[in-house]
Amino acid sequence: MVNTRVNLCGVELKNPVVPASGTFGFGYEFNDIYDINVLGGISIKGTTKDARFGNPTPRIAECTSGLINSIGLQNPGIEKVINEEIPKLRSVYNNVIISNISGFSIDEYKYCCEKINAVKDVDIIEVNISCPNVHNGGMSFGTSPENAQAVTKAVKSVTDKPVFIKLTPNVTDIVSIAKACEEGGADGISLINTSQGLRIDLNKRRPVIANKIGGFSGRAIFPIALKMVYQVYEAVKIPIIGIGGVATAEDVIEMMMAGATAVQVGAENLVNPYACRDIVNNLPRVMQKYKINDLNEIIGEAHK
Amino acid sequence: MKQGYFTVLTNEKLTSNVYKMTLAGDTKAIERPGQFVNIQIDGLFLRRPISVCDLEDGKLTIIYKVVGKGTEKMSAMDGGEILDILTGLGNGYFTDFAGDKPLLIGGGVGVPPLYYLAKCLLKEGKTPTVILGFNTASEIFYKDEFEDLGIKTIVCTADGSVGVKGFVTDGVDQVGEYTHVYTCGPEPMLKAVYNKTTSDGSYSFEERMGCGFGACMGCSCKTKYGNKRICKDGPVLQKEEIIW
Ligand SMILES: Cc1cc2nc3c(=O)[nH]c(=O)nc-3n(C[C@H](O)[C@H](O)[C@H](O)COP(=O)(O)OP(=O)(O)OC[C@H]3O[C@@H](n4cnc5c(N)ncnc54)[C@H](O)[C@@H]3O)c2cc1C
Ligand SMILES: Cc1cc2nc3c(=O)[nH]c(=O)nc-3n(C[C@H](O)[C@H](O)[C@H](O)COP(=O)(O)O)c2cc1C
Ligand code: FES
Repeated sequence: MVNTRVNLCGVELKNPVVPASGTFGFGYEFNDIYDINVLGGISIKGTTKDARFGNPTPRIAECTSGLINSIGLQNPGIEKVINEEIPKLRSVYNNVIISNISGFSIDEYKYCCEKINAVKDVDIIEVNISCPNVHNGGMSFGTSPENAQAVTKAVKSVTDKPVFIKLTPNVTDIVSIAKACEEGGADGISLINTSQGLRIDLNKRRPVIANKIGGFSGRAIFPIALKMVYQVYEAVKIPIIGIGGVATAEDVIEMMMAGATAVQVGAENLVNPYACRDIVNNLPRVMQKYKINDLNEIIGEAHK
Repeated sequence: MKQGYFTVLTNEKLTSNVYKMTLAGDTKAIERPGQFVNIQIDGLFLRRPISVCDLEDGKLTIIYKVVGKGTEKMSAMDGGEILDILTGLGNGYFTDFAGDKPLLIGGGVGVPPLYYLAKCLLKEGKTPTVILGFNTASEIFYKDEFEDLGIKTIVCTADGSVGVKGFVTDGVDQVGEYTHVYTCGPEPMLKAVYNKTTSDGSYSFEERMGCGFGACMGCSCKTKYGNKRICKDGPVLQKEEIIW
């Protein structure tokens, strides 16, 4: 028997496979197609203080081995998420819940974290300072070490749950931002969010997406995500959740060797709704193939 | 929703760029007309949503127009290919709303889902009338198939080369009383139908999709009953809830 258990600052996951925020709804919907209790954790749809419709459609553009999305953080608002969505998920699911939150000001981030702090069912808070699809919010907090640290400090002051700060790859120096978050008190780093991208419709001669530029993700960005996890692992001591283009059990192992303690699977869920279940099922076999008995032994092993 | 592997049985050209494909596989997840399937195509990241056109003992029929990379690849299939397909997607058309004399209105590749709907309505003892809209004679398909069901079939062509000259709304003038409208087609057509017809109606919409099963919020729209996902809460919206 191989060991797939991993530990994110005191929170144990029975395996490192977690669907990424925004690609798995609030999780319970997927329970209709497979038992979601096979998952190590679930990162639920990004939540803001107030309900949001998000951006105009089209919000989706296909790319080679990936897609561009421009959802714009559509969500029912923090109250509904706490009172309706999280209880619905908890009623069918026993493992780790990661609540992903976003804001348009430091006060909004604080507000949401304070609310979520009171929710017993939430194990980890993931603070998205990396959404490329909203103006004056999201990513603008994740593109400078000062702002990233300011958000980190603010949210840490109102919660005692583990806080993972989710970073954007759309920066020149990811390492300095990760370090600033660590110094600000972050318990962990999630990376990466989507990379910015654009597609043009040749018939219409205009961008496919109504908002023109969106966030690019899927298999195509795996090497970019892997490189960033690798770099950040060398610079910080706190655990990393590796995200970006993960689609197979082999990808999970590669992410972990680069330095991730857990991984999230995003776009792949959209084209293969069973992606996370399949990865979980394949993981022990692939571990055996590479003579891995315990996943904890390979975290950051590529650096040795 | 169910994922399954389907074998391409036939792939027949109906007009210069519209094809009819029949597939064998497990169709149990398909609950009603107006639902769609989402087809994975080799080499393309996203699946392609296509409406169910007919369903008969495990045999699925779809009709698609070649408009880009995915449908181009589909058009080159000649039988025997195995496709990974998600079935049973979307709410579909509810036949309970039909009344005795439902009116079915389709434009272009909005016609296919109305065929299976017509069959279901007939089975329930209703008397549907169908209006089919096309640009010109050479683009017409499935006129004979609807007529073979024994239902009144009105064809409209924009250039008048066949049937009523004009749009599907001109066809509505040829119909007497009707109890409910079921429609599918390009959005401007849906809007014209909305303004022209007087009964309640079930309107099928399109949107670019990430997942097709409700997970990504890629296909949202606003309705009078709140935000809905075209893929899961739609593609069919009721007339009274539509916001244009
Ligand atoms: C619920 C639903 C049912 C549909 N039923 C039918 C049908 O029965 N017959 C038929 O011919 N067409 C149907 N369509 C439209 C069909 O999905 C598109 O024509 C098809 O996806 C185009 O793929 P492509 O690779 O050839 O085009 P490309 O332009 O190469 O596709 C690029 C991307 O845009 C998307 N896309 C392009 N056009 C559309 C569109 N009109 N609607 C949604 N996504 C689009 C594609 O899915 C793909 O992700 C339906 C669409 C929806 C949403
Ligand atoms: C449709 C869609 C919606 C997303 N919504 C969110 C969100 O609400 N909050 C967030 O932190 N990240 C969001 N993301 C980013 C993903 O969680 C993930 O970081 C990114 O897509 C990279 O992973 P992938 O390559 O596996 O998709 C979204 C991504 C997609 C494709
Ligand atoms: S396409 Fe993903 S929610 Fe509709």
